[in-house]
Amino acid sequence: MGVITIKLFRETEMSFVKLSASALAIAAVSATTAAARDNVQVAGSSTVLPYASIVAELFGENTDFPTPVVESGGSSAGLKRFCEGVGENTIDVANASRAIREKEIKACAENGVTDIMEVRIGYDGIVFASQQSGPAFNAFEPSDIFNALGAKVLKDGEVVDNPYNTWAEFNADLPDVEIAGFIPGTKHGTREVFEEKVLLIGCEATGAMEAMIAGGMSEDDAEDACLNVRTDGKSVDIDGDYTETLARIDTNPNGIGVFGLAFYENNTDKLKVATMSGIAPSTETISTGEYPVSRPLFFYVKKAHIGVIPGLKEYAQFFTADEIAGPSSPLANYGLVADPELAKTQEAIANEVTMGSGS
Amino acid sequence: MTDASMQTPETGRRGTSLTATDERTRKRARAEKRFRLYGIIAIATGLFFLVVLFASILREGIPAFTRTVVSVEFTLTPEQREEAEGTLFKTKAYSDLFIAQLNKELAESGISVDFDEAAIERLLGKVGGTIRAFYTENPDRLGEPIEFDLAASSRVDGYFKGRVSRDTLQDSRFLQLSDLDLVDALKEAGIIKQAFNWPFITGADSGVDNPGGAGIGASVVGSFFMMLVVLVLSLPIGVAASIYLEEFAPQNKFTDLIEVNISNLAAVPSIVFGILGLAVFIQFMHLPQSAPLVGGLVLTLMTLPTIIISTRASLKAVPPSIRDAALGVGASKMQAVFHHVLPLAAPGILTGTIIGLAQALGETAPLLLIGMVGFVARGYPDGFLAGFTEPNSAMPAQIYTWAARADVGFYEKAWGGIIILLMFLLTMNIIAIILRRRFERRW
Repeated sequence: MGVITIKLFRETEMSFVKLSASALAIAAVSATTAAARDNVQVAGSSTVLPYASIVAELFGENTDFPTPVVESGGSSAGLKRFCEGVGENTIDVANASRAIREKEIKACAENGVTDIMEVRIGYDGIVFASQQSGPAFNAFEPSDIFNALGAKVLKDGEVVDNPYNTWAEFNADLPDVEIAGFIPGTKHGTREVFEEKVLLIGCEATGAMEAMIAGGMSEDDAEDACLNVRTDGKSVDIDGDYTETLARIDTNPNGIGVFGLAFYENNTDKLKVATMSGIAPSTETISTGEYPVSRPLFFYVKKAHIGVIPGLKEYAQFFTADEIAGPSSPLANYGLVADPELAKTQEAIANEVTMGSGS
Repeated sequence: MTDASMQTPETGRRGTSLTATDERTRKRARAEKRFRLYGIIAIATGLFFLVVLFASILREGIPAFTRTVVSVEFTLTPEQREEAEGTLFKTKAYSDLFIAQLNKELAESGISVDFDEAAIERLLGKVGGTIRAFYTENPDRLGEPIEFDLAASSRVDGYFKGRVSRDTLQDSRFLQLSDLDLVDALKEAGIIKQAFNWPFITGADSGVDNPGGAGIGASVVGSFFMMLVVLVLSLPIGVAASIYLEEFAPQNKFTDLIEVNISNLAAVPSIVFGILGLAVFIQFMHLPQSAPLVGGLVLTLMTLPTIIISTRASLKAVPPSIRDAALGVGASKMQAVFHHVLPLAAPGILTGTIIGLAQALGETAPLLLIGMVGFVARGYPDGFLAGFTEPNSAMPAQIYTWAARADVGFYEKAWGGIIILLMFLLTMNIIAIILRRRFERRW
């Protein structure tokens, strides 16, 4: 017994020495390698993430630069990290499904991020879809969505808390089923487009906005009131991604969900899409501007990192090349609506034009 | 009181035989039987859920281990290669060359179904990358025919696995109903077939339009390096801290405070450690983003309380007589601890460590903030040391990413990833059990 324990002690002691030695080694290694980052670091919008991941993979396959790392987290979170400062421990590129805000540019400038290049990569359509085998939700107007999901609507000439339980109550052409809307949560860039291009338009079209102003509200307050959604459980905010919305639609035949065009096109066997103002969403109708609910997608490049982080400018150029982001490119094939003014963007990147200096 | 307890059995047994069981004994026996039944029901329920869980994981995950490949001979001339290398989108050029050649071969072979180059393109996955990678590694094999097994597109793969059927398929630019006739004809001809999915086990993540190229191998390596960091840091620190606290530290307010705080730390949500890691390791210490080293450091912080608590428990479980005996024959306090207490506590320490590591292995939340969740597809690190600092993902992060993607092909991969994760965990546990057997001593 005694012999065994002594032997054990020796072993234990030895391994402690070894372990601590390797721990020190790791610390030393990290101290020396921390200085050099050789890959582009991207973060931001979860809507842009799929496109960015396609480009990142192709960039790694087609060039000698390592594959960029693309993180998700939402447009606002990405821009916040982008504006944290200049240096290798900050990201180089922020993806966004909306344009950068004045406030964010100011926050950037305060941290020394002054030269920002804005790159528009194309357009994304937002579609309303329901279960393939569910009731016939085939045609919507913005006013239908507003009447179904708005917090306060116009009924019999008066602004009231949304009283509707079924779609048919305000539009006899729609199915007589319980209202259940699954819309993107407030941290998503998609929500902003949904509010501006659907709720606000619907609010104006139903006359609710006019009635609110007539009722003594200022125009700004009325606009804000139009964007509120009902909170009685008939409108559900989805804070996750489209897969979560799809799962909700899958279990609720009456559910209407808000999806990106690309996501819908990947799941046409489960979802059927509704027209908006009589136009079916497709890359064609979105690029011509006929389909009303679409938005531009962007990424922002820190100019100070060009020349420091290898491959950063090349990444931006590769992303916006005709072969990658033009019509009939891999991105278009996945659902991105190509930007007709791509050539201008390419030129701006080549000349490293920053925001505020170019136009 | 005494009277009552003396009296009752007397009165209760009066007139009954000792061999015959009375009502109260039978009642107790029934209660015991009922309790045993509850126990069995509890175990059966647990087992039932375990079986359901495993069955669903296996059912959903097994398909990820097979893939549909297009298996054809392809010849690339040096001139063609040079031309393809001259373009910006090289992999597309390779893929176009391949499709043109396949189209010609199929036309000559007299397949009875109508098809065109666009249809072939819809059947294939992203093949350009595979072809380019092959010729970059083997430039000497240009000009000779080479048998390629190239991934079919996600929907063709789904057709083979029953995910896509003729009834539910909607014509789209991804796949059209008429293409399925071509798939059937090619299957007949042995050109499209199913094979074991090696790229899934060895590969790295791929873009969202390329489920056929996605693999979990790189993130297994990422997880491995993270676990290495966690083990190397948390085991010595944790054990040393608990030995001091348990055997040497004086009992006072200060050590009490430390004790309470360790217990509290064990209950802190893991995302908090992620925020801490971002602030301290990346923003203050300037360690690289998305690196397994930082992931490992963050998970170390998370694992330490678990290891300390379990180590202290197993040190406490060693009988004081062993310490007393050692001290009694003249051993110093340190000798008593290292020669006698620690070896006896080793199995318990190992168990605690492995539980801590297993918990860390499955953690995603803290990695979210240090850049390991998202699209990290750099592939294998260039060397052992680079493995700590080069951007990499971890298994649970990879699974999480796949589950959120639009293409259903990735969903299947997420389940396959879970199987690999469980196998990794099982391996870790088996190693721990073997070590524990070796250390186990009875007293």
